Amino acid sequence: MHSIRIALVGQPNVGKSMLINAISDARLHVGNFTGVTVEKTEVRFRFQGHDLTIIDLPGTYAFTDYTIEERVTHEFLCSDHYDVILNVVDSTNLEKNLQLTSELMSMSRKMVIALNMSDEAQREGIEIDEAYLSTLLGIEAIKVSAAQQTGLGKLLKAIVRTYEEPFREPKLQFSEPIEEEIANIERFLDRHQFKATISNRNIAMNLLRGEKKSYRTLRDNPLWIELLPLLNDARAHIEIHHGTDDVKEAFAEEFFAFNRGVVSEVIKSSSRKEQVSLTQRIDNLLIHPIFGISIFLFFMWALFQLTFELGSIPMDWIDAFFGWLGEAVGGTIGNDDARSLVVDGIIAGVGAVVLFVPNIVILFVGIALLESTGYMSRVAFLLDGFFHKFGLHGQSFIPLVTGFGCSIPAYMSARILKNDRDRLLTLFIIGFMSCGARLPVYVLFAGAFFGEESAGNVLFAIYITGAMIGLVAAKILKLTAFKGVDEPFVMEMPKYRLPSSKLIWHTVSTKTWLYLKKAGTFIAAASMLVWFLSNYPKNEALSADFAARIEAAPQEQAHLLQNALDQQLLEQSYLGMIGKTIEPLFAPLGFDWRMAVALQTGLAAKEVIVSTLGVLYALGSDVDEGDETLSKVLAAQIPFASAVAFIVVIMTYLPCLAASVVFTREAGGIKYFVYLFIMTTVVAYVLAFIAYRAALLF
Amino acid sequence: MNQRITDCDKGKRCVIAKVHAKGSLKERLLSFGILRGVEIELLEFAPGKSTVEIKIGKMRIALRKEEAELIEVSCA
Repeated sequence: MHSIRIALVGQPNVGKSMLINAISDARLHVGNFTGVTVEKTEVRFRFQGHDLTIIDLPGTYAFTDYTIEERVTHEFLCSDHYDVILNVVDSTNLEKNLQLTSELMSMSRKMVIALNMSDEAQREGIEIDEAYLSTLLGIEAIKVSAAQQTGLGKLLKAIVRTYEEPFREPKLQFSEPIEEEIANIERFLDRHQFKATISNRNIAMNLLRGEKKSYRTLRDNPLWIELLPLLNDARAHIEIHHGTDDVKEAFAEEFFAFNRGVVSEVIKSSSRKEQVSLTQRIDNLLIHPIFGISIFLFFMWALFQLTFELGSIPMDWIDAFFGWLGEAVGGTIGNDDARSLVVDGIIAGVGAVVLFVPNIVILFVGIALLESTGYMSRVAFLLDGFFHKFGLHGQSFIPLVTGFGCSIPAYMSARILKNDRDRLLTLFIIGFMSCGARLPVYVLFAGAFFGEESAGNVLFAIYITGAMIGLVAAKILKLTAFKGVDEPFVMEMPKYRLPSSKLIWHTVSTKTWLYLKKAGTFIAAASMLVWFLSNYPKNEALSADFAARIEAAPQEQAHLLQNALDQQLLEQSYLGMIGKTIEPLFAPLGFDWRMAVALQTGLAAKEVIVSTLGVLYALGSDVDEGDETLSKVLAAQIPFASAVAFIVVIMTYLPCLAASVVFTREAGGIKYFVYLFIMTTVVAYVLAFIAYRAALLF
Repeated sequence: MNQRITDCDKGKRCVIAKVHAKGSLKERLLSFGILRGVEIELLEFAPGKSTVEIKIGKMRIALRKEEAELIEVSCA
């Protein structure tokens, strides 16, 4: 029995994560745009008595260290411990994928090639002779399809075999002049008995093409003095021969020629007339200079309409369920305090959050579709010009859209931006893209204050306005804090692919489960805390006084008195005290102390805002009427202008605790968090004040 | 006659004659297979003409106009 560590490497969009999914049934996030695997992920499983660990590395086009992700992959391959490289390639575009393969071959490591998407290649009439490819490269190549789950066993067997057999050097073949120079330097290294982890031929090649790591290993060696003139001569020769002043370009051309040669040998394309591909036909419409943007906006609008309209159907059932649960459970608990804790605290708080699961699911499905079909890159293409005007990079679009789901993966996916200034700028405005956890607050308020008919449009408007605020903030930051030259925009537009339903299911179910888990643990605990803070200290004297008056009063008055008592008790509670203390701060925005408190609890997690409102308004409201929903209570108790200002604050203030931690880590220091705090607080306060004043006019 | 890819007609197949980029941008373009002697095709401009989509082999690549202008091509 062995434990085998496998480094999974490939270019973006070749289906690496999907392959892992297929092999191990792990739940990784898979997508069809650059930068889904933001950190390396490990998956462990057993195969034929071996312990296999696959490390999924971020996709990389070549070892240029252009983005942080490429650096992560390169760094890992050069210095971490692993036994076999599993190079995943897209069978439908072998020539392009071999660019990375040939670079990997220069590392002198055991390697297996997975010819992924072989089913798709077959449909396109591309036939790869895998046995011949294996012979040509000296690396075993196996046809697989992650989507159809074919060839996976064979692939794993090949990995185990490669691991067990001794290493054989794969051979890259270059043109005569380059081979001569390589052999020359190789002979020099051999003569001086130089030994490194990779073969001398590969060292010679890496030195010639100016690879930094090889330089670093040799620079401290006394050999260096003799080697340097040799290298200079050799590079001069190569440059002359290739007619360029850039040896890197010469090598890129050599690799390209090698790959083209291999491809022409191993691929039998059935000679069909090249027809207009499906991708081309879809693109003709979706990136149309005039219709493209309108179609994109329509998709977005439809998504938010669906989120509200479709989501509201099961919401009624969930609401009814928690109402019933509260009564059923409440009936079994004798102690008043304990019953109140369970019914008004936990069930009310958790129920308020679970209520929004349907909305969350729809939004996540929408974002997953955007990501996995390849449409995301098209939107980045359409919007780059527009984004550029605001000082953002077209690729910022990808983290920003991810931010509509959750800020945390959004902060991490900002790593696809090469330039640190661009990346920081994007990090700072991701928070303005309203995340999924804020959706419950919007759905609640949109339904309560704008009526059911227009709630979907209001939702859409909230998201668009949030994005606009983000863009303006970006422009201001770009003109002040992040001045500098613009980075180039070079991005692959992947083929359109229909995502498998299994894939969407994996992504959405994982995220929904996380949301529910949070509701069951973190939010339940927060609800209990809020309940405690709003029920204590008890005021026995006041309660007794009211009890006597309620006793004496007629039926309808007793009801009002009970309400007044609840109100006064709440105001005297710990939470009431905190709320009253900070209330003056929020008075200019028209918030009462309960809204102020809900905002503070939202700093822990945005879902808590809804559960806090649920607990605070359930206690203070007309408890006799069982059918009274939170939405109706809010509509009755909060003025319209205050509600608008409240929404504005939710849109713009500090992201939740977990997101803030990730932000600080990704930005690279606590000082950035301080900046973020100041920026979001000022923006939220000023805009909410303006919104409040404006809404008062209506 | 050589010209910039951005001045070509849409859908016309040309061959890259020279890539005028430097440093890391040059490396990036190379890693996308934007090399001398390779066939290239202008596909589409984004609204505002600030971004272009080109095709290299089977790969579609979006580039900002300033970067695309560095690609010198010869068209048949």
